[in-house]
This record gives sequence, structure tokens and C-alpha cells, in this order.
Amino acid sequence: MSEDTLLSARGLGLRFGAVPALVDVDAELWPGEVLAVVGESGSGKTTLLNVLSGRLRPQAGVVWYRDPEGRLHDVHAMPLPALRALHRSDWGFVHQNPRENLRMGVSAGGNVGERLMAQGARHYGRIREEAIAWLRQVEIDADRVDDLPRSFSGGMLQRLQIARTLVTHPRLVFMDEPTGGLDVSVQARLLDLVRSLVARLGIAAVLVTHDLAVARLLAHRIVVMQRGRVVEAGLTDQVLDDPQHEYTQLLVSSVLQA
Amino acid sequence: MAYVAVKGGERAIDNAHAWLAEARRGNPSVAGITTAQIAGQLGRAVDRTMAEGSLYDRELAALAIKQAQGDLIEAAFLLRAYRTTLPRFAHAAPVDTGSMQVCRRISAIYKDLPGGQLLGPTYDYTHRLLDFSLATEGVPPAAPEAPAAHEKMPRVADILAQEGLIEPDSEPEGEPGDLTRDPLAFPAGRDLRLQALARGDEGFLLALGYSTQRGWGGSHPFVGEIRVGETAVEITPPELGFPIDIGDVTLTECQMVTQFKGSKTVPPQFTRGYGLAFGHAERKAMAMALVDRALRAGELGEDATAPAQNVEFVLSHCDNIEATGFVEHLKLPHYVDFQSELETLRRLRAEAAGLAETAE
Amino acid sequence: MNTGYNFAYLDEQTKRMVRRAILKAVAVPGHQVPFGSREMPLPYGWGTGGIQITASIIGPGDVLKVIDQGADDTTNAVSIRRFFARTAGVAPTTRTEHATIIQTRHRIPEKTLREDQIIVYQVPQPEPLSRLEPSRAETRRMHALSEYGLMQVKLYEDITRYGHVAISYDYPVMVNFRYLMAPSPIPAFDNPKLHMMPALQLFGAGREKRIYAVPPWTDVRSLDFDDHPFRATRAPHPCGLCGATDSYLDEVVVDDRGGRLFVCSDTDHCETRRQAGANPLAAE
Repeated sequence: MSEDTLLSARGLGLRFGAVPALVDVDAELWPGEVLAVVGESGSGKTTLLNVLSGRLRPQAGVVWYRDPEGRLHDVHAMPLPALRALHRSDWGFVHQNPRENLRMGVSAGGNVGERLMAQGARHYGRIREEAIAWLRQVEIDADRVDDLPRSFSGGMLQRLQIARTLVTHPRLVFMDEPTGGLDVSVQARLLDLVRSLVARLGIAAVLVTHDLAVARLLAHRIVVMQRGRVVEAGLTDQVLDDPQHEYTQLLVSSVLQA
Repeated sequence: MAYVAVKGGERAIDNAHAWLAEARRGNPSVAGITTAQIAGQLGRAVDRTMAEGSLYDRELAALAIKQAQGDLIEAAFLLRAYRTTLPRFAHAAPVDTGSMQVCRRISAIYKDLPGGQLLGPTYDYTHRLLDFSLATEGVPPAAPEAPAAHEKMPRVADILAQEGLIEPDSEPEGEPGDLTRDPLAFPAGRDLRLQALARGDEGFLLALGYSTQRGWGGSHPFVGEIRVGETAVEITPPELGFPIDIGDVTLTECQMVTQFKGSKTVPPQFTRGYGLAFGHAERKAMAMALVDRALRAGELGEDATAPAQNVEFVLSHCDNIEATGFVEHLKLPHYVDFQSELETLRRLRAEAAGLAETAE
Repeated sequence: MNTGYNFAYLDEQTKRMVRRAILKAVAVPGHQVPFGSREMPLPYGWGTGGIQITASIIGPGDVLKVIDQGADDTTNAVSIRRFFARTAGVAPTTRTEHATIIQTRHRIPEKTLREDQIIVYQVPQPEPLSRLEPSRAETRRMHALSEYGLMQVKLYEDITRYGHVAISYDYPVMVNFRYLMAPSPIPAFDNPKLHMMPALQLFGAGREKRIYAVPPWTDVRSLDFDDHPFRATRAPHPCGLCGATDSYLDEVVVDDRGGRLFVCSDTDHCETRRQAGANPLAAE
């Protein structure tokens, strides 16, 4: 692991019964960079995301994380309280289905403020102001702060989830198909928002997507997976414009035909 | 339900019934239990049978309990079946529990109130220590008596309503539905929901009510009032044109005062849950009130995520006659269906074995 | 006294089991300790947890006070006191200052307790997070990891919806800066009494099978926000019998035209004051 990397995975291996989900996978992530993991369903990309974020334990290999003080941590050797604290502060996880990460019976302000309160914030007025500020950042009307998410559209829910995740200024965000299930125009707006937030806040992200267009728009580097293996990796534009591996070539060409 | 034997089916059934009759009677040298004893001394069993049988008649309920050897769901079933044979010649006016001749009336939300806290003949403060003296005959000493106070006994809900603290009772919209004549359809209005709960299985409702207290859809309930006593039943025969009293029924009524609802613009008020049961049946009336309130979650703008708040789930499964019928019907022969299962399974296994062989 | 039963009903093994749970609870203030609650002759929900604690710590020399809603003569308090009279024969009292053990449902006596006293609370629901998260497996994890953000969110939502926290009883507290605890359904008015109490506080939940404790002189704080601090509220009236303006009051409905009388809920407190000459007309 070089001096600067934020996250580094070496030799990850995981089988579900007879099925190889990850086979000898390496990955690196630098601060402020977006890494896309692409492949078809069954390629192992979501498994990789879950292993990198500590949610799933690999059978082989190690994931290193460098904290803001520069210390290295083996993600899967961390005690559970520390890992959970990490997920509430320096890390974030954006789910494909925002309902999985939102409290539907709690107001938008309460949803955004929860991580602050979990960290000990105790001033109602300031928590609410912070929540309003973040709603504005994700282009949700500030006067929705007291509304329940039940009344929000799919795109708004996803933006609310993002606000809830970013409120503690995480340096690293894991995203699992953040635009999946949204219609095309909503997707475009959301992608624009994510791109500007990530750039402005200097967030590093691991982004899982089956959509090469999303990867091209958001990611600096890309990793292509097929049946649990990394078949190609590199700068996004280079890999997508000049794919070397035949599977990557297949992926790229099928997008052009679609 | 009887099994169908391969041969001599009818005789087998007759023999089974004869044996059942002997089992029901028990040792002939022991005095047979009389329906008067059941009606007089096992009153709570009679009350439950009437409630779930949906028929108010203490003698018939006692007979059903005797016939069913004390199996109260079987007894309720007997009453329901008998009910089907009865012509319906009138609708009674809604009973006025406000003018109930109360033998017990308590409120958990006020220390004292007009009409007072009347404990009545309750088990509540007994210690559950087996009383071995009951194994022999005896008559308890006479309980102290006093003339009835004739004090006005306003409903606790009305006391709260004076300050506007509780939501008003829902206004009836048109004729109430009749669960005993028409099949239940969803969405079901509160009239039908209350009917279903009133005849629903006490154990099921008790568990659902309990679950709301433990976090599965809670409503912060308080017992506003429980009253037990006799209420007159009145009908208006068309020939007379005025109401006449045709008899009294003993009823248990429970009003739950539950979680207040409001918002920044609408002042909050307490909400309600209601329970009513034949006879002296507080557990049933209270559980019913808790479940009634839980089922109102949707109309009160609450997230309906808990089992007790799921209207279809609760109403489809609370009738224990339906439930026991279907559960116990599994004892009926199903060997034709099962045979087809056997054949399918054998074929699938053979295919899997064949595949394994070719793979090797 | 009924000599058919062991002293205070429970057998000695059971008492030992309960006392071990109590010791564990005292060692970790506010933490819920599971215990093998027994079926008692009173129903679950009617104080079996409190009764098992009292039965396990009471001795022949103890003086027992039992109150419900602050009063000695409510039906359930009478029933429990009778139970201990039958099975233990200890001296009963209605005077808070004479008691060595006070078993209570839903109130803390107005009179500050002493180091030589023990107060036993009857608890219906020991889990402070239960209305927000019904799964006990999940709440155990939340307590272990000190993850109480959800409760703070609930308070936030109340302020958003009503302008202030809408919890009036069983108001959640943080014990010894570590464990979130349900103080039992005492009115929020009583919460400040939990803090730095000289007496040992024991909490028993029979149906839910948990015991927890607050040792003497322990820090206990009600959850709040810096800009919406916790306030102990009571009805804004003096007691109609003794004139007290700082005790928790019961509302008594005297007629059906809206007539009301407010009286001290702590009957011993009220009676003691009246015996000393206090009345509603004297200036306070």
C-alpha cells in the first residue's frame, strides 16, 4: 500500500458454496477519487463492495483502510463498535433502494440529522439548520425539512439518502447502483448532483454500476469484473475507449448497439 | 370430523360416536354435570362461549359446553350452528351502555370520579394461590351489602370530551354492515371491524393487543373506563310502533384512551379504542379495544407496519370457528392430492439422479 | 402469617438467583440484567418483578411501605402489602421516613430518601427503546454499542411536531453517562429525584424478566437538547387539601359539570403536612 492510498484490497477471495464470488481481487482507492466497479449481474461487483466496506467477510485476502490520522486498519479485524462508528462518520454507504437507508416515519430533517445526533450533537436549532443546509445541497426544497419521506418521489428519496450520508463529511462513500430504478431524466439530474458533490467535497467513492455511461461520467478509474475476477483495470476513458480484454470489449460494444 | 375408513366407514363412525358419548359422560357413578351448574358456577366459560358463538343465551351456551366436554371453541361452534337455524324477526335498538345497571366500574385515568370506582366481583386483587377448600362443598359467608348509590355515572370519555381532549366518537354513516349475513370485504369499515372483533377468538386478540404494548404498533393505551352490568335490549315491533324492553343482557364495555394525535396546526386530542363483549369478559373487551385502535392506524395517519395494524391479517384470522375448521380439516383424507405429490417427487428425484449419473 | 410457605414466598435458591442479578445490576448502573422470573400469585404486569426483588432482599427486621400512584391505599398496593403480611409478616408502614424498603408503582415519594433505604420500582417495560425498535436482539446491540441516536431522533421529531418533547412519563434517562434507562412510568416530574439519590434504586420487570439498578449517588440525566432543556412539569395548582405547590398532583373529578379538585398524589406527604398544620388557605 503506497503512502497515499485511502483503501487497499489484496487477494480477496470468497465463495458462496460452489460459486466463486471473488477470486484473487485487488483494488486501490486514492483520496478524492471515484473508482467504478462494473460488470454484469453475477460478476461479483456488489460482493466486492460489501467486502471492501466490511459488511461481508472474505475467506482470503485483506482490506486496508487509512484513517484521517494516517493510521492503517485491517477492516475485517476491527472490533465491531469501531467499524459501526466508522460507518457513521468517515464512511458512507448509499444503497440502490433509498428506503433501506432512510427512516420512513421520521421527518427529512430527522433523517439528515440522525448521524449528527448519534455523534453527540445536542442543539436542536443547529441540527435543524445543518439538515436544511444539506437539503439545499442536494436540491431538495428547504421547506420539506419537516415532511415525512413517504411524500417524496424516488429521485428525492435518493437525494435525501445522499444528504443523510454526507452530513458527517465522510471521506469515503460506497455506492451501490445509486441511480438504479430511477427513470432517465431523474437519473441524469442525480448523476450531475453526485458528480458536483464528489468533486466539491473531495470525496473518494467506490461506485458499483452495470451502466458504463454512469462509470464514464463519474469515475476516474474503472475495474471490470467477470465471474468474480478483475479482468481489466485502469483510467476510465482509456479502458472504455480502448478495451484490451475481450469481455470488456463485449461490454463496451453491447452498449453502443443498445 | 371423522376419518373415512376403507371398509365399514359408517359403522366405524357410529362406534366412534358411541365411544365419544361415553367419554363425554365419564364415570356413570359420578353425578352428571347439570347445565344449571355450568350456567351458575362456570359463568365465565358461558360468557366466552356466548361471545364467540355470537348468541346470547346462557342455557344454550351451558348445554353446548356440556356437550363439548368443556372445549369452548367446540361449544361456540355448536352455538353458531344453532344460530343459523334461528329466524331473525327484528333488529334491536343500539344498547345504551350509559344507562347500564353497573355491578363493576373502574377507571385507570382518574383517581376518583362521579359514580366512584366500583370494584365489583373481580379476580383482580386475589392472590393466585390454589384454594384447596374449594375441593369440598361449602357456601361462602354472605358478602357485605349496601344500598345502591344511584349516583350519576357519566362516561369517562364524556368527561374528557367536555374539555375537547378526546376525539369525538365516529358518526355512523348509513346502516351498519352485517358480518353474519354478508361476506367480509376489504377495505372494511369500523362497523364491520368491531363486529369481527366482538366474535373473534379471545386468545388471538389478547396476543395481538399484547403485541401493541410491546412495541409492535403501540398506542400508549390507558383504560378510560371498564363497566360491567346489565343493559336492556329494546325492539320496536311494527304493530306497536314504540319500543319495548324484551330482556336484559350482561355486557362488558371497555373504552381505551390512546395516543394523542395532532400537528403544529391542529391541536392534539386523545384517540379511542373500543371493546364490547357478552357477559363478564374484561380480558376480551380490553384486547378488543387495543386491537380496534391498532386497526385505526391508517385512518389516523400512522405507519401501519405491525401485525395488529394489518386489517386483512387480523380480520381474516380472528374467527376461531373458521380457523379451527380449516386447521382441523387437514385431518380429512388428502391421499389423492398426496399421491400426485408422491409421483411428482419421485420423478424429480429420478431426473436428478439421472443427471448426476450422466455428469459422472 | 401463613407458615405453609418459605419466608417471603420464594425459596432460598430463587432468592439467591435474584440477589446475584441485583448485584450484577448494581455493578453496571442502568444495564438490564436478565433473570429467571418466576410465576407469582399476582399476574404479570401487576408488580411481580418488584415483588420478587422485595422478597429477595427483605428480612424480618425490615419495615415495608408499598405505594401505587403515590398512595398506600390503592387496591394494588393493599394487595401487595397483604401478600408480604401473609408470607413474611414484616412490619408495614405508610410513613416514608420509617420505611427501610419502599416498593412503588409509578411514583417516587416527595420526601428525599436516605442512604439506609431501598426503593424498589415496578417496571412494565424495561427497554427504553422498545417503542422505537421492537426487536430485543437489536436493542441489546444498541445498548452494547452505545448507539442511542434513535432515541435522540425521537426527541427531535417531537420538537418538530409539537414544539417540545411529548414524553410525559417513563421519560428516558442516561445513567452514569453510559446506559440509556427506562425509569418506569413515573411522571417526568419525578425524574430529577433519580439523580444523586442517597438510596439504592432497584428496578424489577417480572414479565420481561429483567432487573436493573441505580446505585446511591449516581449521575442520572433526562435526555434533552441544549436549546430545549428537560423540564419537570406539574399541574399549575396548589394541593386542595394541604396547599403544597411543589408536589405532584392527582386530578379528581368531583361532578359532571367540569368540577375539579387537585390533591397531592403522595398521600403520606399530604397527610404529614396536614398534621403539621398546613392547609390550602395558608400562604405558601
